[in-house]
Amino acid sequence: MKKYIIGRILFVIPIMLVLSFFTFSLSYLSPSDPVTLKYERMGAVPDKEQVEKLKEEMGLNDPLLVQYGSWLGRVLHGDLGESYYYGTTVWQQITKRVPNTLILTAATLLLTILLAVPLGVLCAVCQNRWVDYLLRFISFFGVSMPSFWVGMLLMYAFGVKLKLLPIMGSGDLKHLILPAVTLAFWMTSIYVRRVRGSMLEEMNQDYLTGGLALGYTKAHIIWTQVLPNSLLSVITMFGMSIGSLLGGATIVETIFEWQGVGKMAVEAISIKDFPIIQGYVLWMAIIYVTINLLVDLSYQILDPRIRLGGKNA
Amino acid sequence: MKDRRLSIRTHGRTGNMEEKLLELTHVSKRFPVGKGKSIDAVKDVSFAVKSGESLGIVGESGCGKSTIARMITGLTEVSSGVISLEGKVISGLDRRRQREVYRHIQMVFQDPYSAISPRMSIGTFLEEGLVHFGIMDRKKAGKEAENLLKLVDLDPALAERLPHQLSGGQLQRVVIARAISIHPKLVILDEATSALDVSVQKQILELLVRLQKEFSLTYLFIGHDLAVVRSITKQICVMQEGRIVETLNSEFLTRDAAHPYTKQLLASVFSVRE
Ligand SMILES: Nc1ncnc2c1ncn2[C@@H]1O[C@H](COP(=O)(O)OP(=O)(O)OP(=O)(O)O)[C@@H](O)[C@H]1O
Ligand SMILES: [Mg+2]
Repeated sequence: MKKYIIGRILFVIPIMLVLSFFTFSLSYLSPSDPVTLKYERMGAVPDKEQVEKLKEEMGLNDPLLVQYGSWLGRVLHGDLGESYYYGTTVWQQITKRVPNTLILTAATLLLTILLAVPLGVLCAVCQNRWVDYLLRFISFFGVSMPSFWVGMLLMYAFGVKLKLLPIMGSGDLKHLILPAVTLAFWMTSIYVRRVRGSMLEEMNQDYLTGGLALGYTKAHIIWTQVLPNSLLSVITMFGMSIGSLLGGATIVETIFEWQGVGKMAVEAISIKDFPIIQGYVLWMAIIYVTINLLVDLSYQILDPRIRLGGKNA
Repeated sequence: MKDRRLSIRTHGRTGNMEEKLLELTHVSKRFPVGKGKSIDAVKDVSFAVKSGESLGIVGESGCGKSTIARMITGLTEVSSGVISLEGKVISGLDRRRQREVYRHIQMVFQDPYSAISPRMSIGTFLEEGLVHFGIMDRKKAGKEAENLLKLVDLDPALAERLPHQLSGGQLQRVVIARAISIHPKLVILDEATSALDVSVQKQILELLVRLQKEFSLTYLFIGHDLAVVRSITKQICVMQEGRIVETLNSEFLTRDAAHPYTKQLLASVFSVRE
């Protein structure tokens, strides 16, 4: 097990190298160079000679791999360059945004788990009864309604009409509620169906019948066996959802003016702020690689069938 | 344990070896399938199983075999008719009384991997019934689990293992061991050997025959393969589209078969084997 974990972590290194190379080439391939861009941003007309000199100094004329090497060296020291737009370093910008995204993600996940698991179980247990139909109907809406639409409805209801909550901004709990609920509504809608599906699949297994024949109540078997077994198959998907939330729920963050990484990425892309985009891409890469690792590890721990050393694994 | 049980059973049966353990009278099952439509899965089925004997049910896929099994165990309600165990009606009971009946009827299914929760150890699986019915405490039950494994010719060390670490045949033995662990009156085997390959199938059938003799168990053996069902039962009910079309003595199967469907089944099995 330890060996496996170390192996998995070592495996991450080549992946990160490839990903970082692509990230790097992003700026290399950009139509304009950083020096010219900087001048343009300051509103100055760049002097050709000056630009060339600066480019030479910054190593922008070196071969690709050399440039990548020195870029990587800087990145490893936390130096991701300077934003063209925010007037801060990329590192400062990202460390300012990440906590906000983390908070929004955590709140969304918490709401989703608290709602989706019990409701999914309820649907499965009451299969094809009115509760099931009602919840599936609602979740169908939740999945198909775009989140900006749900967000705007919530804004209108709780912000404009009832004046209970602030419409936009970020930081405190009050501002957190609406974006978190918007995201959780969407996520819950997906996961209610997912939990219901895997519960029904698991309830079809003969061990439920066998347990009943031994006199256990259905509730007992569902609680101790069926539910844990069925959540197992939801874990991978949940990992991916966590990944996409940590990447920043771009739309929701943008409409609620929540200062997370998603909103930052949208802004950076619209003004071609390449250093920020690079920083964002690297953040995403780290997130996905980490989440994948965690999902795999959690499988190792939770599912004996694929646990290493298992005979028929 | 074996002897005590045996003596209890024979005492209970003295003078009346012909006692009916399980009896179905005019049992039907209709499943509603929406928009006023319905499926008649089981139509007016009557049969009886005597204590210590075994009855087979054969028929093609979808003819209602499993539905009968589920109705006997109370997992599916009967639409009409009566099911009784030792003369007492067990169909249409409320849930609490249903649970008391459960322990007397155990089932073995087709797929052993589906019969055990994947994260439950073989030992725990075997102990469950013993502990739950208060037959013994955990500690004794742990010992008993090992005895049960020995009883079905398995290594007691397997108690530590998880289901996926056993072969299908081994696991089916485990499932059988648990089914008899709480001394049920009736064991229903629904396609219990169908998923296993032929040599393993034969071993399991031999095990079942041995256990039946040892504990005078009563089997209801459901299958689609006449040759297999015949090898373990005295009487066979042939089912077609929810009805029992013929009930035959398994010894004189080929001689007595009269119904065209039975003949068809026989032809498909024995033209190759006999
Ligand atoms: N819960 C249910 N709702 C509706 N129809 C059902 C239900 N259960 C079974 N049926 C139908 O009843 C019929 C008999 O099913 P059953 O499972 O008893 O067949 P079987 O003889 O066991 O078949 P197999 O050999 O494939 O296991 C089938 O047509 C099936 O579709
Ligand atoms: Mg069946």
